[in-house]
Amino acid sequence: MDKFTALASKFVVLPIDNIDTDQIIPARFLKTISKDGLADQLFNDWRYDAEGGPKPDFVLNQPVAKGRSILVAGDNFGCGSSREHAPWALTQFGFRAVVSTSFADIFRGNSLKNSLLPIVVPRDVHEWLLGNPEAELKINLAAQRLTLPNGRAVEFPIEAFSKHCLLEGVDELGYILHQEAAIGAFEAKRPITVNTLA
Amino acid sequence: MSTIVEKIWNSHVVAEQPGAPPLLYIDLHLVHEVTSPQAFAGLRERGLKVRRPDLTFGTVDHSIPTTPRTLPILDKVAAAQVERLEDNCRDFGIPCFGFHSSHQGIVHVIGPEQGLTQPGMTVVCGDSHTSTHGAFGALAFGIGTSQVEHVLATQCLLQPKSKTFEVRVDGVLPEGVGAKDIILALIARIGIAGGTGSVFEYRGSAIRSLSMEERMTVCNMSIEGGARAGLVAPDDTTYNYMHGRPFAPKGEAWEAALRLWKQLPTDEGAVYDRSISIDASTLQPMITFGTNPGMGIPVTGSVPDPSSVSDPVERETLAKALRYMDLQPGKPLLGHKVNVVFIGSCTNSRISDLRSAAAVMKGRHVAEGVRVMVVPGSQEIRRQAEAEGLDQVFRDAGADWREAGCSMCIAMNGDQLAPGEYSVSTSNRNFEGRQGKGGRTFLASPLTAAATAITGVVTDVRSFLHHG
Repeated sequence: MDKFTALASKFVVLPIDNIDTDQIIPARFLKTISKDGLADQLFNDWRYDAEGGPKPDFVLNQPVAKGRSILVAGDNFGCGSSREHAPWALTQFGFRAVVSTSFADIFRGNSLKNSLLPIVVPRDVHEWLLGNPEAELKINLAAQRLTLPNGRAVEFPIEAFSKHCLLEGVDELGYILHQEAAIGAFEAKRPITVNTLA
Repeated sequence: MSTIVEKIWNSHVVAEQPGAPPLLYIDLHLVHEVTSPQAFAGLRERGLKVRRPDLTFGTVDHSIPTTPRTLPILDKVAAAQVERLEDNCRDFGIPCFGFHSSHQGIVHVIGPEQGLTQPGMTVVCGDSHTSTHGAFGALAFGIGTSQVEHVLATQCLLQPKSKTFEVRVDGVLPEGVGAKDIILALIARIGIAGGTGSVFEYRGSAIRSLSMEERMTVCNMSIEGGARAGLVAPDDTTYNYMHGRPFAPKGEAWEAALRLWKQLPTDEGAVYDRSISIDASTLQPMITFGTNPGMGIPVTGSVPDPSSVSDPVERETLAKALRYMDLQPGKPLLGHKVNVVFIGSCTNSRISDLRSAAAVMKGRHVAEGVRVMVVPGSQEIRRQAEAEGLDQVFRDAGADWREAGCSMCIAMNGDQLAPGEYSVSTSNRNFEGRQGKGGRTFLASPLTAAATAITGVVTDVRSFLHHG
């Protein structure tokens, strides 16, 4: 996993609540067996018309979106399916953080495992962002701080363990593999439930 | 005093270290073709094995065609994905119901059907509708591909503890109202993020009187209310359903398991973080009008008006949904023309769903110009339905009787709506493009779907039952 420490960027706004993972990447692109090559499929059905041409009114097709690595979206971002292709597509497009008032559970967990930082802000901060779409934001993960250009610093929550993994660029599996002794001990006293090989 | 969720949780914590979430043991891991290939690739890169192939099971469902199995998979990309799962399962020693297996089916249908899903278990799968297995009193939730890899490698997950959310449904359901209507009504009430961070426990007399298949329908859509999991404590209905299934315990092991399972239900006086109560007798057949499952109304209701919403983002979200659906505020949905009816999916593709749809369609014919697809959840269900003559009822009515799979619920396999088409669907998501790019979905019960198939317009099955 890539390290995430600090980031300064302008942002792209999608002021819609409940953006589901079927919008982030439609299911028909999930037939791939790879993690790669998903950037073009991000928000595909909002981004392209029936002939595959970019829709000029969609924000990611506008020149202002170029090079911006923060997405600001409405409540409950990432609801719906558990597809990890959603954070893969977002990061491959170039996003490194999503700012919202809330996130769906599975998407949030998947994002943290892919160096995509989900940042929950209070409603008034969210409204300020919607009203100031040209602002540059500074994100400091170690301090769990989002700083607006007016100097206002907003602290955001993140679990200590996820923060550690992001700052160090390590994934969870290494940690879990180190729990081998505890896992073995648990299995030794665990009652038999099912044997799929029976 | 503990809730069933706390009991299952506490008995599965492997380790809890400061600064890290609890490490939770997983009893059953179900894998399918779409969310697993990258996880198996990760194992290969690290040189890891599957720790417990005996607690893992694979099947293909999402990207496979529902045309006769004698035909090849024409979509080369899908064919490669299906083949990859079959290869991965073989290479890592995992049992798998592959494309040509006579037991293949939707992953959330075959787990219970085979007796793999059992009370008190932790169950995961790289699919958000894993909550279905909660109907058996299991703690079952969807995970992403990274976590699929974690479980394959270690049989464990780092998992923060969820809050408990009691959903009480008491009273007697009126005629024409069923499990799908209960869950759509709940989600309409609490919203699609209402259960975020929580596990639903469904209880009360109306839940107790549901069959296992109906409980699965309710638990299946827990995720559409924002909860990763939802469950029903096991009872005699559960045990009667499970007894004798291929992977259920046998003989003395069954008796021993029963003794454990009977200790699972929530203790009297246990406290939930949150509770909600629904009076089943007041429920009506539900239908969605919008582009998320929380945008639901009684079938006799009217489409809400965005101008009555004060929050600007909420207002635009609703307005955007109505633009996509091409619906007018204040208008009823009853009588709205549909092009397609889909009966299937992990929500409503079990034998009782097919029986209730067939009861409405028997001796009738689908409306002209309406395409009706009936897709059983598994090969076992297909055979059962055919033994009962249900396939003939559907065929005689002019419906298309298909092979088992996820089909038009997720539209990965070519079963899809054309742009602008409307469907009434027994599936679980009405997101934009979910059933095909530009397609428009009204979610409803199998009864409502069957009645709509006959009339060609959104129909209140109650009037249909009385006057049809």
